[in-house]
Amino acid sequence: MTTSTVDSPARRPSRGGRVVRYVLLVVLACVVLGPIYWLVTSALKPTADIYTYPPTWLPNPLHLRWANFADAWHAAPFGRFFLNSLIVTAIGTAGEMLCATLCAYAFAFLRFPFKKVLFGILLGAMMVPGHVTLLPNYLTISDLGWINTYQGLIFPGLGSVFATFLLRQHMLTLPGEVLDAAKVDGAGHLRTMFRVVLPLSRPMLITAGVITLVAKWNDFIWPLIVTNSTNMRTVPIGLLFLKTQEGYNNWGAIMAATVLVIVPVLVVFFFAQRQIVAGLTQGATKG
Amino acid sequence: MSAVDAPAGARSGDTAGAGDRPPPPRRRRPRHLREYLLFLAFIVPNFFFVIVFAYWPVLYNAYLSLTSWNMLAPVKEFVGLANYTDLLTDGDFLDTLRITVVFVLGIVLGSMVLGLAIAVLLNERLVGRGFVRTMAFAPHILSGAAIGTIWLFIFDPNYGLLRPIFGVAGLASPNWMTSSTWALPGLIIVYLWKNMGFIATVYLAGLQNVPRELYEAAAIDGSGPWHTFRKITFPMLSPVTFFLVITTTIGTFQAFDIIALMTGGGPGNSTTILSWFIYQQAFKAFDAGHAAAAAMLMFVVLIIITALQARFLERKVHYR
Repeated sequence: MTTSTVDSPARRPSRGGRVVRYVLLVVLACVVLGPIYWLVTSALKPTADIYTYPPTWLPNPLHLRWANFADAWHAAPFGRFFLNSLIVTAIGTAGEMLCATLCAYAFAFLRFPFKKVLFGILLGAMMVPGHVTLLPNYLTISDLGWINTYQGLIFPGLGSVFATFLLRQHMLTLPGEVLDAAKVDGAGHLRTMFRVVLPLSRPMLITAGVITLVAKWNDFIWPLIVTNSTNMRTVPIGLLFLKTQEGYNNWGAIMAATVLVIVPVLVVFFFAQRQIVAGLTQGATKG
Repeated sequence: MSAVDAPAGARSGDTAGAGDRPPPPRRRRPRHLREYLLFLAFIVPNFFFVIVFAYWPVLYNAYLSLTSWNMLAPVKEFVGLANYTDLLTDGDFLDTLRITVVFVLGIVLGSMVLGLAIAVLLNERLVGRGFVRTMAFAPHILSGAAIGTIWLFIFDPNYGLLRPIFGVAGLASPNWMTSSTWALPGLIIVYLWKNMGFIATVYLAGLQNVPRELYEAAAIDGSGPWHTFRKITFPMLSPVTFFLVITTTIGTFQAFDIIALMTGGGPGNSTTILSWFIYQQAFKAFDAGHAAAAAMLMFVVLIIITALQARFLERKVHYR
């Protein structure tokens, strides 16, 4: 990406052309960052600075209103929402990654008749839209008596297609000699997996894990229908709750709550940006 | 053990000899069997969840679509295809389909065009392009609920970010989310903002893969930038375009969280797309039959779109 061979193919833009390109780049940056900037500054503005026109572009650093966060925290039980989101995201991600890793190892290294057909069946599940499974899964969970429970929130999301696919593709690229060496040493499959394959798959495990993590944290429609008591809601549903509660009269508090929802994801994104982008764009370049 | 075996020394010698020979086929099978069992043990957890929560629901949903069932009552009545004929002759549902088409086309076409334009721009050697590329990707992974909330404030006609921007052009910012004319375009704008960076990133990877010699050859032939783009860049990107159109279409059909936060399908039913309709029927009206039938229609439409796009693009993809 940084090497000159792939850049600006065969034409050198004029000076004017370069100016136009930089203007477009700045416009793009503003369009992308504008809403985020607006969010973060509004979360810190005193009420008077929010309900004013023309808007205050730069909040006065001496009068930041941190109380917006406290307002949000009191308007809805966000502490509880966070705890629920953490539990569901952590256990859900661990469970899904366990399913995905075992399954990927089996498809990459173990012999079985009709393995390709089975893998096709697994991939086929990607064609099933979430809205088709919504009502039946709700009925299943309801029959189990799991409405408003962590099991109900977590279980339907444990099956993994995309993460399994990513991991299997990666495991197939591992050098055969390393695995053969493990076999000569008399290592069984469990030991080969834990001692050789998983350490060598660390980058892809991180990629798949982070993508799974973010998806579970952001999940909206399933937590919305499978819970109906306030103390079992997750953070994204909390925003909807706040909307009905506050009726959009207190933008400062609402923006503060929104900051709390996206900050964990943004932190993860900045640490694992490369892996997330590579994983999510994988299907296009390798598929 | 030795006390018992001692009298039959000759036989024990035989067994030792058999152990030295290459193992007979009978002994190989258990080793395969162990590997097969291990394979099953490894895939069973994943397959269990995928079958119970993805495949079984499709069958269950198909069955529900043939019944009339108020979810609060215990009785399901088999009604054949009545739910489907109800829906397809219902004015509200036909409105929903029309709105869904506008919504999906607007978002898919819009984000493809914007994404490709951004990719071409970011493919130039510009200072700061790496930063902008990273930032443009970020909305793709943010919670839709959060994005919806942010944009609701931006769209606020009095105190929102758009008022001064419209003000520069001497216009009043419309009352986006409470107007049945502006709510749908408003939602489309938000989804464009969310999608364009992801699409640009995938396109960028595609642009890097176009062989440089093609551009050199075009330059020698005196081809202008637009001509080069149309005759080389765009055709070479067609596999990427194919992938993106399908995934964006499938994703857009299932749009939900931003709508839930911003419009709740309204005002009236001006932003009720198919996914919202299904949710409404199932979890607000408790009408399982019509919800299931609408969901089956969505499933069929998505499969047809995937198949059509595959056939249509087959001819355009990969001609070099």
